[in-house]
Amino acid sequence: MAERYDVVVIGSGPAGLTAAHAAARQGVRVGLVDAQALPGGQVWRHDVRFSAPAFARRCMQATLEHIKIDWLPQTRVVGAEPGRLLVEDPRSARWLKYGALVLATGAREVLLPFPGWTLPGVTGAGGLQALAKQGWPLAGKRVVVAGSGPLLLAAAATARRHGARVLAVFEQAERAAMLRFTRGLWRWPARVLQAAALRTQLAGVPYHFGSVVTAAQGEDALREIEVSGPHRQRRIACDQLAVGFGLAPNVELARMLGCQLEAEGAQQRVRVDARQHTSVPTVYAAGEVCGIGGRDSALIEGAIAGLAATGARTGIASLQRRRAQARAFARQLRETFAIGERVRALAQPDTLVCRCEDVTLGALDAHVDARGAKLATRCGMGPCQGRICATALAELGRAAGIAARPPLFPARLESLALAPADGVAPSLAT
Amino acid sequence: MTHSYDLIVVGAGIIGAACAEVASAEGLKVAIVESGAIGAGVTAAGMGHLVAVDGLPAELALARYSLGLWEELRDLPGGEFSRCGTLWFARDEREHAGIADKLARLRAAGAAAEAVDAAQLRELEPALAEGLVGGVLVPDEAVVYPPMVARRLVERACRRRATLIHARALALGDHALTLDDGQRLLGNVLIATGGALQALLPELLIHLRKGHLLITERYPGMLHHQLVHMGYTDSAHGQADSVACNVQPRPTGQLLVGSSREYGVSDSDISLPMLRRMLRCAFQFLPGLRQLKALRAWAGLRPASIDGLPYIGRVAQRRGIWVAAGHEGLGVTTAPGTARLLVDQLLARTPAIDARPYDPMRAAA
Repeated sequence: MAERYDVVVIGSGPAGLTAAHAAARQGVRVGLVDAQALPGGQVWRHDVRFSAPAFARRCMQATLEHIKIDWLPQTRVVGAEPGRLLVEDPRSARWLKYGALVLATGAREVLLPFPGWTLPGVTGAGGLQALAKQGWPLAGKRVVVAGSGPLLLAAAATARRHGARVLAVFEQAERAAMLRFTRGLWRWPARVLQAAALRTQLAGVPYHFGSVVTAAQGEDALREIEVSGPHRQRRIACDQLAVGFGLAPNVELARMLGCQLEAEGAQQRVRVDARQHTSVPTVYAAGEVCGIGGRDSALIEGAIAGLAATGARTGIASLQRRRAQARAFARQLRETFAIGERVRALAQPDTLVCRCEDVTLGALDAHVDARGAKLATRCGMGPCQGRICATALAELGRAAGIAARPPLFPARLESLALAPADGVAPSLAT
Repeated sequence: MTHSYDLIVVGAGIIGAACAEVASAEGLKVAIVESGAIGAGVTAAGMGHLVAVDGLPAELALARYSLGLWEELRDLPGGEFSRCGTLWFARDEREHAGIADKLARLRAAGAAAEAVDAAQLRELEPALAEGLVGGVLVPDEAVVYPPMVARRLVERACRRRATLIHARALALGDHALTLDDGQRLLGNVLIATGGALQALLPELLIHLRKGHLLITERYPGMLHHQLVHMGYTDSAHGQADSVACNVQPRPTGQLLVGSSREYGVSDSDISLPMLRRMLRCAFQFLPGLRQLKALRAWAGLRPASIDGLPYIGRVAQRRGIWVAAGHEGLGVTTAPGTARLLVDQLLARTPAIDARPYDPMRAAA
């Protein structure tokens, strides 16, 4: 039979951790699901060499060790029926029944195509950070970080800690926008400290504004990049380039469940009310999936969602006030780091857009709609199921769709054949 | 604004596309009316298996006629024509007993078909389960990628000066069609809108039969033939929801796993219970499928006529209105024959095969 939890939380980043913890403190049974082997999500991803900040460690420990919480690692949601989820781990599949569900599925990096972006040695900014934390060798490597948003500084700092020579950080946002942003920072003193700490870690690394990496070059791997700055163009020899253009909410599960979405710039986010309730009864959402807001919003929203999912009436109002402040900061960030036209124009007709199926931007030009383009070019038909290319195409102002059907992630056929009454191992009788 | 054509084809699925291509090759002035993408309806939802199903004589005749015509379409760029052959397999003595009749029917219709015993079956497809008793190999049959075929056929027609009009057909008149952009087109009108047929021709009944398919990641060399369980024809012609084992190796190395049939459903959402039934059925015959990874699943709505045969021809009680629709699961296979049959009738020629079984008159309420 399916396992039953009062509350199932999907995702164990900051939002998922606080959601699970807040719900468990109300005395209910909680299942905490994450695709990774260790908790923390992207922002607190496990680092093989350096331990997480004390606060993150406390937060993960308090949640994972809570008697009412079952930690379900390496587990992905692949399908859903009302009140239950079909999940798969590396060995088996099973159905999880829930009274209430909290979606804390976080966000993914926006990777925008430019000439050479698929060369070995080029990754996302968050991608480089994840590789570094997994122990990928960076010592002595010449690294350039580029793109847009605060993630660039965090990625550069992580790379440096792991021994990389960070040559420079190139931010596409203009200096004027950055100045406006920093002048308003006094309203978020904690952020001033955070930014100052990052700058200290990056002492000696030039941080350029209004600068875009226009091409990556090399035979079999990256050797050199072209950078277009406010005053000049230049070429820089490097071993590793990390380019990220911010984050996009992971809304596929929410869509499969029928939750109403709303626009967040070119991307979509889950619409929630003041109690983090989605349009679907029993389904709540918290953190980046409700709009990119950063760690602080995620922690607060997770706590609200965890309480609301158990029907709690008290403790929510004060959190809601704190959320308003955290979200206001996120709005400032979004305006400051809005993607400029120059970035949208980087991809050339022969630049790959869909890496899974090797589809160029030019190949999509002949098609009037996303469906026709997908059928004719296979764009989005590969293993990433469109998560990379459709996110990029949306940012480029082109129609693109990501299906939200089971299997939500590539899944074993055996898992999809599992019925709710079957228990853990699939029964293959017909 | 008013324009005149010899033939106005409504719907650019594979049927409409094939009809437009054949008509344009005859020198007719053709318009194609499609509001969505080409080949993006049920054409894109199917397996693309070119197969002669021998359940009904007229169905077999149209399929065999069409398979011959497909030989001229093999090289369409992106059509992915791959002559993998069809391997029908029998599970038990009852199904085995059907082999002789099946061979006789296929051969009578001109197909090269050969009996296969249990050992040969395993040799041809080592992934098949032990204990199957034999089957029928039809080596000339093939698989294609239907949405691309439809697109290429429309492109061919357009190179012969056919006009592709992105609009929705609103209403029929005598030798006339009104579009939602206000245009009125004059000429013979062919309705090839599949499951949406009744929006324009309410007198012709269409039932939707929902089917699921699933595609895996790439496993080149795992299967070599399109595999179909001999029980498939039973399930295809039954009246209850059913599943059958129908698995195809794509040229990419991916496997397409089918099939299911549901009645009285008009959404194309994935039904996990139906997907489960379909997969469990496939696992019986191909146990190795269990551990493979599925990339995507989808569902489509087969447009079925009242009797398992498509409606092809002039619509009675109307002037200058023609139909080619209701092919259920065989629209891809029979598109070239359908197009030939339709255009021959339009030009008042005697078709190569008897057109009467497909006459839409039989269904007009």
